[in-house]
Amino acid sequence: MTGYLIRRIIGMVTVLFALTVIIYAVFYIAPGDPAQLACGLKCSPVQVRQLRGQLGINEPVYLQYAHFLKGVFAGRDFSSGAGVLHCDAPCLGISYRTNEQVTSMILNRLPVTASLALGAMVIWLLLGVGSGLLSVLRRGRFTERVLTSLTLAGTAIPVFIIGLLLLLLFCAYLQWLPFPSYVALSEDPQQWFWGLLLPWVSLALIESAKYARLTRSSMLETLAEDHIRTFRAYGVSERRLVTRHALRGALSPVIALSALDLGTMFGSAVLTESLFGLPGLGKLMVYSVNVLDLPVVVGLVMVTGFCVVVANAIADVLYAVADRRVVLT
Amino acid sequence: MSEHLVEVRGLTVEFPVADSYVRAVDGLDFTLEAGKALGIVGESGSGKSTVAFGLLGLHRGTGARLTGSVRVADVDVVGADDGELRRVRGELAAMVFQDPLSALDPYHPVGDQIAEVYRVHRKVTRRAARARAVEVLDRVGIPDAARRARSRPHEFSGGMRQRVLIAMALACEPRLLIADEPTTALDVTVQAQILDLLHDLRAETGAGLLLVTHDLGVVAGSVDHVLVMKDGRAVERGTVAEVLGTPREPYTRALLAAVPRVDAPVHPVDKRGPVAAVAAGTGGAAATSDGGDAAEAPAAPVSGGASAAVGPVGADGDVLLEADGLRREFGRRGATVTAVDGVSLTVREGETLGVVGESGSGKTTLGRMLVRLLDPTGGQLRYRGQDIGALGEKALRPLRHELQMVFQDPVSSLNPRRSIGESIADPLRAAGERDERRIRARVGELLERVGLDPDWYHRYPHEFSGGQRQRVGIARALAPEPKLIVCDEPVSALDVTTQAQVVELLGELQRDLGLSLVFIAHDLAVVRQVSDRVAVMRAGQVVEHGRVDEVYDSPQHSYTKGLLAAVPVLDPTESAARRAARAGAR
Repeated sequence: MTGYLIRRIIGMVTVLFALTVIIYAVFYIAPGDPAQLACGLKCSPVQVRQLRGQLGINEPVYLQYAHFLKGVFAGRDFSSGAGVLHCDAPCLGISYRTNEQVTSMILNRLPVTASLALGAMVIWLLLGVGSGLLSVLRRGRFTERVLTSLTLAGTAIPVFIIGLLLLLLFCAYLQWLPFPSYVALSEDPQQWFWGLLLPWVSLALIESAKYARLTRSSMLETLAEDHIRTFRAYGVSERRLVTRHALRGALSPVIALSALDLGTMFGSAVLTESLFGLPGLGKLMVYSVNVLDLPVVVGLVMVTGFCVVVANAIADVLYAVADRRVVLT
Repeated sequence: MSEHLVEVRGLTVEFPVADSYVRAVDGLDFTLEAGKALGIVGESGSGKSTVAFGLLGLHRGTGARLTGSVRVADVDVVGADDGELRRVRGELAAMVFQDPLSALDPYHPVGDQIAEVYRVHRKVTRRAARARAVEVLDRVGIPDAARRARSRPHEFSGGMRQRVLIAMALACEPRLLIADEPTTALDVTVQAQILDLLHDLRAETGAGLLLVTHDLGVVAGSVDHVLVMKDGRAVERGTVAEVLGTPREPYTRALLAAVPRVDAPVHPVDKRGPVAAVAAGTGGAAATSDGGDAAEAPAAPVSGGASAAVGPVGADGDVLLEADGLRREFGRRGATVTAVDGVSLTVREGETLGVVGESGSGKTTLGRMLVRLLDPTGGQLRYRGQDIGALGEKALRPLRHELQMVFQDPVSSLNPRRSIGESIADPLRAAGERDERRIRARVGELLERVGLDPDWYHRYPHEFSGGQRQRVGIARALAPEPKLIVCDEPVSALDVTTQAQVVELLGELQRDLGLSLVFIAHDLAVVRQVSDRVAVMRAGQVVEHGRVDEVYDSPQHSYTKGLLAAVPVLDPTESAARRAARAGAR
C-alpha cells in the first residue's frame, strides 16, 4: 500500500509538471499579445512595451517558466511599477489583468466549484444508481420502460436547457426557490444548500441518466453470471439476488466513472456556473483564456489536473476495496 | 408419501430458439430411491444438465417450456408456487455446481455466502448461520475453517472451492444432492478426493445423489444406477455394473470405447498401430508423407526420408528441439514465482512427447517457451542445434513458422469476429503471401485436411461445435507448414467421442506430414494414447520421463504413482477397491 501511494504521488507530480510545460508552450505559440490586451486599444506602443517588461513577458519563454517554477517552490517578487509585490510559495504568479495573486484567486473560487461538483455527485449517484436498480427490479414491466425513456431523454438534453427550464419553473413561475447564488457553507449552511439546489439538480439529472444506464447494464450482466444461478438454486429470492449480489458487481464501473466525472467537473462545469451565475473555476478559466491571462490559466490547469489525478487515485483504492481480487500495484 | 425421492415422468423441456422451440429433453422417465445414487451420463447437448436444473425448477423465467411431471421429495416441482419451490431449492434438494470459480460470488466471503443460504431456510440469527457455515466447511475438509470462512472465493484453489460448494449444499441437510459435473475442472488427484468426499457424505447423511457427468470414469465408483442420455432421451439404463460392464446399446458401447484408458491403450491411435507393427519387425522403419496414399495404406511404408521417421518410441529420429535447464520466473524482484524450474528434455523428429502434470505444474509455461511465445529466463533452448532461447525477435522470424501451437480453448483462441478462413489465412499472410487466389486455395486445402468442408472459408467460429473449432485451430497451426506443433490441452474441453476424433486427426497428420508433437495434458489416459515418450511435471520440474509404456507400467517416482492411482477406472469393483485403498492411506 505504501509503495502504491509513493508510485502514485510520483506519477501525479510528473503529470502536473508535464501539464505546465504544455500550457507554457501553447501560450508561446498562440497568437495575441497579453500586454496589448491588458492595456487596451488606447495604449501607445511605449506603454505596451513598458507593460510587457512589468509582466515579464519580454524574457525568453524558458526563463519565464523557470521563474514560474521558482515561484511555486520558493515564492517570488513582482515589480508592479510603483512597488514590489511579494508572493509566497506556492506562488502560481499574479494575474496579468488584475494583479491579484493567482493562488488566492483560485482558493476563493475553489469552494464554489467543489460545493457544486460534490453536491451534484451525491445526487447523481443516488438518482442514477437508484433508478438503475429500480429498472432491474422491475425489468420487463412498465416502470422499466418509463425509466429507460427518461434516461434516454436525460442523456440527450444539454444542461443549459434543463437548467433554464428548472430556473423558470421553480424560481420565476412557482417562486418556490430563491434564484441560485453562492453563500459559503461556513457562513450560512441553509442558504448554501438552497442556493445550490437547482444547479445540483440540473447537473445531476444529466449525469444520473448515464449512471442509470451503466448500473442497469452491469447489473444485468452480473445477473447472467453463474454465481447468481447458484443462489437462485438455493432459494434466495429474486429481490435479494438483485440488491445483494448483482448490485455489488455493478459498483466497480460506477466508482471508476464517478472519479473521472468528478475530476473533470472541477474544470468543466462552465455551463452550469455561467447559467446560475456561480463564481466558480470554470467561469474564471473561460475568462482568463479569452484575455490570455497566462498565470491564471496555468494555475487553473494545475488545480484541475490535480483534482482529476487525486480523484482517480481515490477511485483505484475504492475499486480494490469493492473487489478484493484487485491488487494495487 | 411415495417411496421415491425423485420421480420424473414424461419430462420434456423445450427452449425457444428464434421463432421455434428446440427440444432439449424428450419424454424422460426415471426415479431415484432415498439414499441411492443415480448417474446421468451423456455428451454435451444430450440434455443431462437440463434435467438436473429441471429438478429444482430452474427453467422458470427462462422461457423454457416444460411438460410432464417432476416430483422431488413429494413436492410437485412443475406445479409448485414460488414459495414452495424455494423450499425445495437448498432445503430438500441442493445443487453442487460445476466450475467453482464462477459459481461463487466473488465479492463476498464464502462463509457469508453459505450463511446466507442457510438463513433463507432456517430462522436463525446471523451469528448462528455463520457458525453453521464454519461447521460444514470444516466437515468438507477446509483446514482452519473458522478463519477461512472469511476468505473470498479467489483465495481458494479449484479443489477447495469445489469443497466450499459441497459445504453449501450440505448446509440445510438436504435429502437429495444434485452434482452437475462436480469434478470436471479439477486435476485427477483432487477429483478423487472430491468423489471420495461425496461418497462419504452420502454414507453419513443418507442423502440421495444425482450425479450428472460426461465422464464414465466418474460414475463408476460413485453411483448405484446409470442412465445414459443422448439427444434428450434415455438410451440405456441399469446398474452401474451392467451398463459399464455389459452395455447393450451401440451408443453406450461407442461411448465406452472412446474413453481413453490409462491401464493399456485398448484402441491405440491410428499412427501407432501400423507404424508400431512395422517398427517391431524392422526396428524403426520410416513412414512417408506423400499424401493420401499413406493415409489409406499406412501399412506400406517407404523407407528412407529421415525427416519423416516415426520410430516406435521416437528414439531414432534426429533431435529437433532440445531444452536444457529451461527456466521461467514471473513477477518482479521480491515476489517472483518460478513456473518452470530447470527442465531438460528433447523432442525428436516425428515423435510425440507427452507432458502431463496437474494445474500449476508449469506445463503450459513450458509449452509456450518451446515455441518461444514466452521468453525463457534461464537455460538453453536449441532448435536443430541452434540456440534459439535468447534469439531476438528479428533473428527468430524465419524460424517462427516451423514452431506452431494449438491452444486449449477453441472458443477463445479464435477471433469471434473473423471468419475461420481469415483466421487460418493469418499465418500465410504473415509469411508474406499476397496472392488472394493462392491463399484461398491453400485454406481450402487445409480445411479439407482437418476434415472440414473447404467451402467454409466465410463461416464464423460460433457456427461450429467445439470439436470443429479445435480442427480449425489445428488447420491454422498447419498453415505455415511447421515442423513442430505444441498442443496445449487440445482435447480437454471436448467430449470423449470428439476427443477421440481429434486425437486421431493429430496422429494422422503426424504420420502424413512427419510432424513432431508436444502434447500437453492433465489427462493421463489421453497422453498415454498419443505419446511415444512422456514427461511428468510437478512444481516446474520434470520428476520422471521416459518411454510411455515404462512410465505408465512401472512408474518410479511416488508422484507419478499417486497420479496414476487417482485416475478413475471404469470397473465399479476396481473403483471401490481403490477408494478403500485411498481411505486406508489417509
